[in-house]
Amino acid sequence: MTWYIIVGVVVILIILFIVTYNRLVRLRNQVKNAWAQIDVQLKRRHDLIPNLIETVKGYMKYERETLEAITKARNLAQQAASSGPAVRAKAETELSSALGRLLAVVENYPDLKANQNFLALQEELTSTENKISFSRQYYNDSVLSYNNRTQMFPSNMVASMTGFKASEFFEVSVAGEREAPKVSFT
Amino acid sequence: MLLLVGYFLGLYFFGSGIGGLIIALVIWGVMSLFAFFRGDNILLALSRAKKISRDDHPRLYNVVEEMKIASGLEKMPDIYIIDDPALNAFATGRDPNRAAVAITSGLLQKLNRDQLQGVIGHEISHIKNRDVLLMAITAVLLGTIVILAWYATRILFFSGMAGNRRSSSSGGGSGQIIILVLAIVLMVLAPIMAQLIYFAISRKREYLADASSALYTRYPEGLASALEKLAASTSQLKSANKATAPMYIINPFRKKGMSASDLTSTHPPISERVRILRSMAGGASFADYDQAYRQIHKTSRRIVPASAMATGAIGLRAAGSEVTEKEPDEIQRARETSDLLWRRSDYKTITCDCGTKLRVPPGFKASSIRCPHCGRINPI
Repeated sequence: MTWYIIVGVVVILIILFIVTYNRLVRLRNQVKNAWAQIDVQLKRRHDLIPNLIETVKGYMKYERETLEAITKARNLAQQAASSGPAVRAKAETELSSALGRLLAVVENYPDLKANQNFLALQEELTSTENKISFSRQYYNDSVLSYNNRTQMFPSNMVASMTGFKASEFFEVSVAGEREAPKVSFT
Repeated sequence: MLLLVGYFLGLYFFGSGIGGLIIALVIWGVMSLFAFFRGDNILLALSRAKKISRDDHPRLYNVVEEMKIASGLEKMPDIYIIDDPALNAFATGRDPNRAAVAITSGLLQKLNRDQLQGVIGHEISHIKNRDVLLMAITAVLLGTIVILAWYATRILFFSGMAGNRRSSSSGGGSGQIIILVLAIVLMVLAPIMAQLIYFAISRKREYLADASSALYTRYPEGLASALEKLAASTSQLKSANKATAPMYIINPFRKKGMSASDLTSTHPPISERVRILRSMAGGASFADYDQAYRQIHKTSRRIVPASAMATGAIGLRAAGSEVTEKEPDEIQRARETSDLLWRRSDYKTITCDCGTKLRVPPGFKASSIRCPHCGRINPI
């Protein structure tokens, strides 16, 4: 009789182990997928910027420094694409603030604001900024779930046995990356 | 509930509870299969929704894509526009990989970007939480119970009127009467109770969808102000009926002035939903929504399932740039949407030199058309 109980308990433990392992695998893949998603959106933003500069250049003759700052920030961000998350986050944040400055200045150019091409581009840029933000949000949420699983009992035993380690969050050092550009006419 | 009804009916009519159960399950199975495989197409066809691509309406497509990323859906859902001035939206699709979101042209014109994001977030969360599947299953269960009860009533009355009494060889006449009474009680009560349960489940999932939308967007005010705009409008959606009501974002059958949430309503009252969303001052997570709900209702009952509240603290974000500007230019939005709809119906658009837009129907045979405004002949 006791023999059956022991076998039953062992079987249950094995099943639990498999279930936990699969859960960890799924969460880790979700984290990787979310990271790739951020990558896609950041690259998309890099690709949109030359088009933006071209559209805006003809109208904004007196904003040369702003436009140059954007081009420079974009090149820096593209180069940083192969570095680690911390360096990348910094470069991308610089690009975001440069773009924000440009969009704030656009308020002074009513012809530009009525241009259909520019409006379509602005929509694309806003959307890409949002998508970067949401994919970062989703990545951080996935990392949280994954880290919880690798560190909380009892799944942490399975995690340490099979080599799952905690991931790092994609933090933004500059606060207010998503603030609306403040326009003042003083 | 279904099993109970089936068992007792079977017990009375066939002298075998198991037989009744099997029949009930068979009916349920057939109806489930039907709803499962044909459900989403029927709903979209009923509302005459038109599918759009990215180029047709970039803003709507982008907002849906943003919510897809924020919620973690694997596949981008299909997007449909319904040509109706009423303000409403719904989501459909039996699993997250085969989903669709539809929105009326009226709503598309009225909302700014943050509000649109809130509404789409709510719909996407219905897809992500598999609410469509859940409500379909529940509806089928309800339908089966109603069918069984109805047939049972008919058979009972028929056999009663024809004076045909089932004689039981196993004796125990009082036992038979008890079963008869139980069966009658069940037949009458079961449909009513099943309906009430169905509506309660629907309302609960609506709260969960609101909470999910706040979580995805990190901006509950977007959905709150959108719901306010929705509440203020009174036009009824033409193509809704009672069966499809739970899928819409607000009850398409609401009447202005109904303040209490009665038990037969598929959606909680809008003012309450707005209040809960607005009192989420501490953060955007499920725990914050739950706390706001308990605060408004002064109850200790949880509305969000405990398994969903495991995440940590989640902060709110600031408003998007469109909110600080003026409200969306309605005339321009209306032109945008109607242009899109004309194009999707295969109408050609010719701009005459006087500025008038001429819309040419698809079957038009002639090679030129006269502008009604200035009289000029325009070639096609």
